[in-house]
Amino acid sequence: MANMAQAIRMALHYGEKNLGLQHVFGEDVGPPLGGVFTCTQGLTTTWNSPLDERGIVGAAIGLGFANVRSVAEIQFCDYIYNTIDLLKLGGMSTWSTNGDWPCPFTIMTPVGAGIRGSIYHSHSFDAMMTHIPGFKIVMPSNPLDAYGLLLACMKDQNPTMYLKPKALLRVDGEEPIPGEPPLTAEGKKQLKEMIDAPLGDRSQWKPRWPELEDYTVEIGKGKVVREGDQVTVVTYGRHVLIARDVADQLRSEGISVEVIDMRTLWPYDWNLISASIRKTRRVIFINEDTEVTNFGEHLLRRTIEEHFYELHARPRLLAGAFVPGIGLADNLESASVPQASDILRACREIVEEQP
Amino acid sequence: MKFKLDSKRLIQIHDLMVKSRVLEERLIRMYKQNDGYFWIGGPGEEAFSVPLGLQVNKGAGLDHDYLHLHYRSSPIMLAMGAEPIDSMRQMKNTATDPYSGGRNFANHYSKRDWNVVPVSSTIETQYLTAIGTAIGQTRKGCKGITIVNGGDSGTAEGDFASALVWSSRPAMPLPMLMIVTNNGVGISTPYCSQFGGESIAARGNAFGIKNRVINGNDVEESWFALEEAIRYVREERKPFLLEARVSRLYGHSSASGANFVAGEEDSLSLFEQKLESAKVLTRAKMDKIREDYNAQMLEQSKQVKQEPAPSGDTIYDHVYYGQKGRYW
Repeated sequence: MANMAQAIRMALHYGEKNLGLQHVFGEDVGPPLGGVFTCTQGLTTTWNSPLDERGIVGAAIGLGFANVRSVAEIQFCDYIYNTIDLLKLGGMSTWSTNGDWPCPFTIMTPVGAGIRGSIYHSHSFDAMMTHIPGFKIVMPSNPLDAYGLLLACMKDQNPTMYLKPKALLRVDGEEPIPGEPPLTAEGKKQLKEMIDAPLGDRSQWKPRWPELEDYTVEIGKGKVVREGDQVTVVTYGRHVLIARDVADQLRSEGISVEVIDMRTLWPYDWNLISASIRKTRRVIFINEDTEVTNFGEHLLRRTIEEHFYELHARPRLLAGAFVPGIGLADNLESASVPQASDILRACREIVEEQP
Repeated sequence: MKFKLDSKRLIQIHDLMVKSRVLEERLIRMYKQNDGYFWIGGPGEEAFSVPLGLQVNKGAGLDHDYLHLHYRSSPIMLAMGAEPIDSMRQMKNTATDPYSGGRNFANHYSKRDWNVVPVSSTIETQYLTAIGTAIGQTRKGCKGITIVNGGDSGTAEGDFASALVWSSRPAMPLPMLMIVTNNGVGISTPYCSQFGGESIAARGNAFGIKNRVINGNDVEESWFALEEAIRYVREERKPFLLEARVSRLYGHSSASGANFVAGEEDSLSLFEQKLESAKVLTRAKMDKIREDYNAQMLEQSKQVKQEPAPSGDTIYDHVYYGQKGRYW
């Protein structure tokens, strides 16, 4: 019963052992800390970089040119903004050379609110990142997908952006990662003893990795996590769990909600979304990035262009308030990003609406 | 006048310098004749860049040298064996342009077979991507090194400082030759009005990076300084910062007119005077070399004009590696 941080760690270990992963680096990524969220503890290829985000992203691009497999971390996505031109550079390396240069590398960074992270530990990055062509962009909502998507990134020949929903990093999985101990309290304890670094002096500590197996979540494939036929909710990251709970609650009210976890933002699974919209004829897109020029607005545009005459209600977007940051106080954060109550209300309203 | 290099090498360098100069002048003509939208290039840097191109360990992969170049590097590429007609194809943005398929400006080279990573118009980001290939080359037994070049003005960017920091980390020193070709001006802003230090190379001292300033307009001084710097980086697996003082003979780019700038030292003329006085080449022979290249490249530019432009329906190709057509 790994949590998402452990799943990421196990994926990186699998990458070191089986996928040629040679460098995992970033600020405090190496020993002794192993990442501020512990995602890189106990690995053999980790090292601490200078506190220099542009250097980190530039180095990752260069390693991509050298075809040396790397995963670089930006400690919080709030600090990736000064690398935008480099992300653009990495994303265009294949295109600008008319297909000559592949540039495989992975950047991972924690995103989103949900941990009372204040102004500079709560930003989202999906709206900005989805404006940069050439990257494959993923965001898992559970440990198994976190494992499978990271393996997919490490196998890909393109730049990949792995967005970690930080509020979910300590959430346990419900499905087993192939090779991990059983999904029981005992299994969870066992895994912790095997791969979590001890508190205090850890200079002599070495992890005991489970015999992990290959498991890939194909990039570009979303997943229906709740089936329904009255309204489609399309989301990713931590809002998958919120939307799923809302769907379960509404089922008891007789409202049938289909929840799609996009898992990949580029290239996204339009076939899955489109088929669901055709079925339910009502759709709500949800994410927590700021609402203006939000990725959900693109999905809304495509919905209108391709499904306008099939819709039974105007499509909606629930997204973060267009404000400079997430305020620290409970009420400020809650008012800034979509809450379960907002999703409940939106679902109830949309099923009431008739053409 | 006595040369240290042998005659064969001197003749080779001279030939490539003339070839580079004629190419740049041809590219400028193409721009002025509406056979290209923008020119930028490296006339004035031949005495330094040709010796550099000749000393590169050319090839693909970590055991060869990686080149992270800026947009004044045609003499390096020609010395490595690039064909002038391919530069003209990029100037004319034809589908046959091997560096970008008509997508990028002239002198924005990219050649995977030779470890020449894509040149970008973004100033100084090459010093960051260079960190990555150099990290790859810390692999045990690797003899390849990473070479990055850029101008003087770009060193004001934080990315240059990043390269100094990352290449000299005690935890992982990098086999990285950092070159600054200092032509004394950034577009229109004099370097001396923006930089108060003794030299750019001296910035390496703060990081314990071996460094040197040379006259990049002198062929032999450039050759031997590069030989020493490359040997040091290759064998010691540590960084070196080399500042070459060079000329900028046709201004910044077509944006500033691309006209010959009087008063700048011309490294090719200086070299030719020395070759003549040392009786390595005669004036007549050197004139003939230039005449032949002029004629050859004129014909090539005519050929390029007949080559097809890229089709608009290819814009989505290669957003992802190996992908063709619209991907969403």
